Amino acid sequence: MFMLFFMDLGRKILSFMYFFGGLASLTAQTVYQTFKPPYKYGHIVEQSKKAGYDSLPIVSVVALFIGFIFALQFGYFMQRIGSEMYIASLVALAIVRELGPVITALIVAGRVGAANTAELGSMQVTEQIDALETLATNPIKYLVVPRFVALGIMLPVLTLYANIVGIIGSYLICVVKLGITSSMYMNMTFSALLYKDLCTGLFKAWIFGMVIALVSCYEGFNVDGGAVGVGRATTRSVVISFLMILAADCLITALFYFIFP
Amino acid sequence: MIEIQRLSKRFNNNLVLDELSLNVQTGQTCVIIGRSGCGKSVLLKHIVGLLRPDNGRVLVESKEVASLKELELAALRSKISMVFQGGALFDSMNVSENVGFSLLEHTHLDPKEILERAEESLSLVGLGGIGNLMPSELSGGMKKRVALARAICIKPEIILYDEPTTGVDPITADCINELIRSLHDKLKVTSLVVTHDMKSAYHIADKIAMMYKGKIILEGTAEQIQETQDPVVHQFINGLSKGPITEVVDA
Repeated sequence: MFMLFFMDLGRKILSFMYFFGGLASLTAQTVYQTFKPPYKYGHIVEQSKKAGYDSLPIVSVVALFIGFIFALQFGYFMQRIGSEMYIASLVALAIVRELGPVITALIVAGRVGAANTAELGSMQVTEQIDALETLATNPIKYLVVPRFVALGIMLPVLTLYANIVGIIGSYLICVVKLGITSSMYMNMTFSALLYKDLCTGLFKAWIFGMVIALVSCYEGFNVDGGAVGVGRATTRSVVISFLMILAADCLITALFYFIFP
Repeated sequence: MIEIQRLSKRFNNNLVLDELSLNVQTGQTCVIIGRSGCGKSVLLKHIVGLLRPDNGRVLVESKEVASLKELELAALRSKISMVFQGGALFDSMNVSENVGFSLLEHTHLDPKEILERAEESLSLVGLGGIGNLMPSELSGGMKKRVALARAICIKPEIILYDEPTTGVDPITADCINELIRSLHDKLKVTSLVVTHDMKSAYHIADKIAMMYKGKIILEGTAEQIQETQDPVVHQFINGLSKGPITEVVDA
């Protein structure tokens, strides 16, 4: 019984280390191939459209609802203590520093990361990735680098957009329902936000973008077992991306809190 | 010339290639026969550098494939084409883009010229005029022929075929055989064909090698293979359900 438990534990630890070793190796090769010419701008633009432009509708809806919900939730308490005017500051800080990057990253991990894994996984099981190699084309350069660069650029852009939409959502609730004047709302928002807050959020988004690209491509490349394997890898890709986004968020927040208080 | 010297490969506890040795001369068509799952495709993947050997070595034009650096390997691969069992066409590209992929990626040719070269290759496999179709719109046999067109588009010196006639109708199979034969006759391409289709093997081979238990157990011309008294080869080429191969499996 104990033996089986330790064997299972050992297997899980080995599999965990194998995953991180593989991911680290893919990261190193991707960074190397990113800076190595020739540069495939066309592929980066194509992936940027898929990751960025095509995600705009879902990011807009979610960010708007987050703005509504946070304004109402903060409003509930702030009205009780007579400090409604601070809702704008609180919502702006929460969205720009935390919610904007994290929610956008989770949406993109579910939408774009899953699609990346499914596409690359299908290519893997149908030997298309082997075919790429035999055609003297490096699969990391051809498939991973465009996704890595596109997500690294588009996630901060989408986050900036989500921040604006979220603040507009909160503005609508505060001005229409909670009786805060428009000028007061704008004033309180901009006085609370520092450049540092915006930069922290966008830095997080950049890291999250790269995490999503690398995890989704790694899982796609390591599919085995046909269609079932593709499904399993897609699920793993989304779950691991979610966990790594939250772990990276925690780490970066702590880092900024202690190093740049 | 392809030289395979004492090549061994193991996946987990399964020894797939066991000190396998084989030479294929320049311009020769060598057919490797053997049961499904005996490691024929694994052997092809070593030649093109998709897999690294556990032991032994593979030399192509006197260069050891596993020890080549990235650029040297890319240069070698630009002279080798591989036709995959399922075609391995890129889903996101149409037929012309698939066939002209290498030219687009690795040459500075004009897109119009690439399109012409792709059409020329497609015509060679009897599929002219289908360049705008997507792979999902093609039948299994057409996919194999498009894969063949992609392989010949770069005018390679070596072509590796992974079961080129499996799953296609007899007429298409014969067309593919004729094409492999004509590439050999006209362009003096070195070919290594993996198959268990004996009709195809007799038709195209200069040399046939039988693979069994990770080794080449017999090699010779089509006539020598047909006349052999080796019980394993005899059972395989005659498609007999009873014999040493199935006895080992049953045991």
